[in-house]
Amino acid sequence: MTKNHTMLSALLVPMVTIIPLSAVLFDVEFDYNLRMVLLGASILGLVTGVLGSFAVLRRQSLLGDTLSHAALPGVVIAFMLMGRELGWLLIGAGIAGWLGTVLMNMIIRTTRIKQDAALGIVLAVFFGTGMALLSYSQGHEDASRAGLDKFIFGQAAAIVERDVLMVSGVAIVVLLIIGLFWKEFKLLTFDSEFASTNGFPVWFLDLFLSTLIVVSIVLGLQLAGVILMVGMLIAPGVAARQWTNNLSSMVILSGLFGAAAGASGAVFSAAAEGLPTGPLIIVAASLIVIVSLLFAPERGLIWRWWNQRQDQQQFLSESLLADIYRLAEKHGSTTYLVPHGMLTHLHGRAARKVLRELAAHRLLEKQATGWRLTAQGVIQAEKVERNRQLWKLYRLYRDEFEAPPVVENFQQDIREVLPREVVTRLERLLA
Amino acid sequence: MNDTRHAIEVNDLTVAYHSKPVLWDVDIDVPEGVLMAIVGPNGAGKSTLIKAILGLIPKASGDVKIYGKSYTQARHLVGYVPQRGSVDWDFPTSVLDVVMMGLYYQLGWVRRPGRREREMAMEALEHVGIADLAHRQISQLSGGQQQRTFLARALVQDAQIYFMDEPFAAVDAITEKAIVALLQELRSRQKTVIVVHHDLQTVEEYFDWVTLLNVEVTASGATKEVFTEDNLRRTYGGRINTLTRIAG
Repeated sequence: MTKNHTMLSALLVPMVTIIPLSAVLFDVEFDYNLRMVLLGASILGLVTGVLGSFAVLRRQSLLGDTLSHAALPGVVIAFMLMGRELGWLLIGAGIAGWLGTVLMNMIIRTTRIKQDAALGIVLAVFFGTGMALLSYSQGHEDASRAGLDKFIFGQAAAIVERDVLMVSGVAIVVLLIIGLFWKEFKLLTFDSEFASTNGFPVWFLDLFLSTLIVVSIVLGLQLAGVILMVGMLIAPGVAARQWTNNLSSMVILSGLFGAAAGASGAVFSAAAEGLPTGPLIIVAASLIVIVSLLFAPERGLIWRWWNQRQDQQQFLSESLLADIYRLAEKHGSTTYLVPHGMLTHLHGRAARKVLRELAAHRLLEKQATGWRLTAQGVIQAEKVERNRQLWKLYRLYRDEFEAPPVVENFQQDIREVLPREVVTRLERLLA
Repeated sequence: MNDTRHAIEVNDLTVAYHSKPVLWDVDIDVPEGVLMAIVGPNGAGKSTLIKAILGLIPKASGDVKIYGKSYTQARHLVGYVPQRGSVDWDFPTSVLDVVMMGLYYQLGWVRRPGRREREMAMEALEHVGIADLAHRQISQLSGGQQQRTFLARALVQDAQIYFMDEPFAAVDAITEKAIVALLQELRSRQKTVIVVHHDLQTVEEYFDWVTLLNVEVTASGATKEVFTEDNLRRTYGGRINTLTRIAG
């Protein structure tokens, strides 16, 4: 746990310091506008991060992608009918996204088309329609001035105080709902069939949680844009999963990651003219994901690679000891000298380093032409060999002895994992 | 059988996928306090049958009674052990947490599990012999331990009828023995247990009641009476050749 915390703070510290740092390094001026943008972006990131972790666990990433793309025609139509009023644009986005989901479910239910294809169809049709409508409306002067095209890649600079108030209101409601129905959402996500047999109205909970996810997508649209919205939804959850095995920690962490990504995207897009916010947010979120995938303890790639390497070395060292011991035994003397070339031939070049390590631990002695066991090495080799024999017997006799099922692991002392009476019976067999 | 209380009555149950029947006109009466196996070849609709009884799959026709009531009215009497493979075992949670999920509905909306629930869950874990794994992350469990976790989750529900979908699938011999002992203990407490089972060799040893199913019910009753070579042949058709040795 402590290793986990150290690594995690290494990740969180730069995220927190990003704002003062950016002021110094990139000359970002935190005027009133930028503070609003920053606040709005962090709150949006927080909400999408929290809901995104549920989307990740429910395997709804593709659904999120389809939904956000499907929202585009809704935004354009709402603009054509009602003008540039954020509330209406979001309602338009919501309706279009919802229609997209309904259509997709209809396709799955009434045809033999599978979910992935249905998602693809809906995404293409809605997004295509949206783009066509958009370029048509761009022909009119007021539309291009309204900056509708910003909805494609997102533009945080458009966020004003009123938007921040609305976003905060929604965020509070969403977080309250998640807190209240925590155990219901948890059960729904883990095992909805079980929830249903117990009597929970699963269809309702499902609709409820999905609606919250849609709301967060719609809200995030103006920040991240329809194309990259899914990244803002999914990336924080994926990264958070790497660091913890506990749902509440994952959700909180995901919210923090989302807020950090949203804030840094907003800050950097403010640093220079014409930088769209969406891609910057996604770059920030991707960095968090990459670091998490690589460095998280237990689940991180590097951690696993290192462990695997340690295992291999351990195996190699035990096999070398056992080989030398067996050869020596065959020649009638435990201190028989085994030629160096023979060992490297059997175990490859990697054996050299391990042999040197064994010598450093005073289990082997290096002579001019080869290696021989020390007195200590003989004891160690006998111990390793005996442990292996016991594990083999365990594999053969565990059912007969009614021994508890444990994972076979030659590198572990069998006496540490099995009850004493089972070990005693195995030892008797060995003798 | 008329004087015995029926724990479960299934009448004219039909389930269809598109227009293909998966279960056809199923009639079963299960007396209280039996251990019943549902056996049949792959694709016979064994899991579908218990899912339809539990209301997880829509029925095309027919009805199900639990102690004379509809499932919705009687579901507090029912515990369910789904197939192990039906959930994502990489879900970020602990064994104890999963077992407590069996108490969520009794707790009611919004209320969180507390000390009482934790104690009940620990008790159930001791019952299935994995109390020492209570705080382990579920992705670290072996197949047998996953199965025991699910059994514990059903046990905390303290139901009258248990439905178990392939609890013996790919578990080690020790776990299989432990599950059998648990089933017998449940029967001795007058519980009714319905198990989807695929190992014909152990049917006679483990179960006193059996339903042979292949879309239609070929036979249902006391194992001694209906688990015959003739009935097996009618259930498994040509595939019986490999099975005669077992049933004989």
